[in-house]
Amino acid sequence: MNGEPLIRWDWLVDHLWPIAGRVEQHLYLAGIAVIVGFAISFALATVSIRRRRLYPVVTVLATAAYTIPSFALFAALVAITGISVWTAELPLILYTIILFVPNIVAGFDSVPWDVLDAADGMGYTRGQRWWRVEMPIAVPLVVAGLRLATVSTIGLVTVTAILGDSMGGLGYYILDGYHRHFTTEILVGGVLSIALAGAADITFVLAGRMLTPWAARRTESGRWT
Amino acid sequence: MDLISATVQWLADPAHWQGPNGIPMRLEEHVILSAISLLVAACVALPVGLWIGHSGRFSWWIVGSANAWRALPSFAVIGLLVPFTTIVDPDRGFTLYPTLIAMVVLAGPPILVNAYEGVVGVDRDLVEEARAMGMKERQILTGVEVPIALPVLATGMRSAAVQVIATATLGSTFGFGGLGRYIVLGDANQDTGELFGGVLLVAGLALVTLGLFLLLERGLTSKGLSRRVVE
Repeated sequence: MNGEPLIRWDWLVDHLWPIAGRVEQHLYLAGIAVIVGFAISFALATVSIRRRRLYPVVTVLATAAYTIPSFALFAALVAITGISVWTAELPLILYTIILFVPNIVAGFDSVPWDVLDAADGMGYTRGQRWWRVEMPIAVPLVVAGLRLATVSTIGLVTVTAILGDSMGGLGYYILDGYHRHFTTEILVGGVLSIALAGAADITFVLAGRMLTPWAARRTESGRWT
Repeated sequence: MDLISATVQWLADPAHWQGPNGIPMRLEEHVILSAISLLVAACVALPVGLWIGHSGRFSWWIVGSANAWRALPSFAVIGLLVPFTTIVDPDRGFTLYPTLIAMVVLAGPPILVNAYEGVVGVDRDLVEEARAMGMKERQILTGVEVPIALPVLATGMRSAAVQVIATATLGSTFGFGGLGRYIVLGDANQDTGELFGGVLLVAGLALVTLGLFLLLERGLTSKGLSRRVVE
C-alpha cells in the first residue's frame, strides 16, 4: 500500500516491547477463557453423563450458539455491559464450552462398560473407579478437546480487537494496521497470532503423548459434525 | 425492554429495507459471497478429498493437518491477505477479496476432511466386492463409495456453510459489506437497534442455512442405508 515496502524492519525493531506486551495480553485473554471454560464444561459434562436426557439439549444449544458469529457477540455485549475484560471473556468462554463439552462427554463415553463392571467387581469405590479407571481412558479425548478449544480461542482473541485498543492481543495490530494502511503492522499481528495458535497446537500434541503414552496415536482426522 | 423495542423498531423501519445499505442489498451481498466461496471451496476440496479417500494416497497429510486448518484464525487470515490483494487491485483488494479468499480457506477443510472420511468409512468388503464384479475404479467411486458417503459429504458442506455465513460478518471490519455492516455501524454509532438487528439477521440466516442443509441431508441418505443408523 502507498508504494511502501511490505515490511518495515525498523518499525518492528522499535516496537519489540509493545509487541511482547500484546503477546502477553493475547495469552492472558486466551488463558482465562480456557481455564474458566474448562471448569464449567467439566461440570456440565459430568451432569450430562449422569442425566442422559439433558445431553441432546446441550448439543442442540451448542450448535445453535455456534451460528452466532463471535464478532456479533462481542459487539452485542459492548452495548449491554460496556467494555471490560469480561466483554472479551464471556464470548470466549462460551465458545470454549461449546468445544469442550462434546469432547469430555465422548471421553467418558469411550470407557467400555465391561471395564467399569470389572472395576466394580474388584471392589473399587466410585471415587477410585473414576480416578484410576475412567480418567486414564478418558484423558486422550479430553486433551483433544483442550487442544481444539485452546487453539481456536487463541484465534478468537484477535477478534476482540474490535472492542478497542485496550483489547485484542495481537489482533490489535491487524486492525490498527488495516485502518492506517500500514502493512508491517498487519503482517506482525497476523503472522504472530497464527504462530501462537500453531505453537499451542504442537504443545498439546506433545503434552498428550507424555500424559498418555499408552494411548494409540490418532488415526482419523476427526470429521466435522 | 429498551433493547428489544429498539431492535424491533430498527427492523420495522421501511427505510432500512431499501437502497444500497438496505437489508435486501446487504443480505444479497452476504449470501452471494458465501455461496461463491462455498462453491469454489467445494470444487477444489471435494475431488481432492474423494480421491485421497479412495486411493489412500496422501492420507497422512489430511490426518496430520486437518486440525491445524481448523485452528486458522479467520480474522488474522483476512488481515494477512490485505497487503497482497491490494497489490493486485488497490480498490477491491482492500474491501472484497480478502474476505472472499479467507472464506474459501475457511470452507475448504470441513469439505475436504468429510469427503475423505466419508469414503474411508465405506465398508472395504463392499469395495472389494465391487472390484470383483468388474467395476472400474471410477465406477466404484461414483457408484458405490460416493452414494454411501453422501450424508457425510453433506455434513461437511453444512458445517462449511454455517461457518462461512457466521464468519463473513468479520469481513465488515475489513471493508466488506454484508450483514456484518450493521453490526459495525451499530457499534460505531452506538445504535443498539441497528447492532442487534444485524446480529439477528446474521444468526437467522445461519439458522435457516443450517435447517436447509439438515433437510438436504435427510433427503440424500440412500434408501438402502436409512434403516441403519447413520452417523
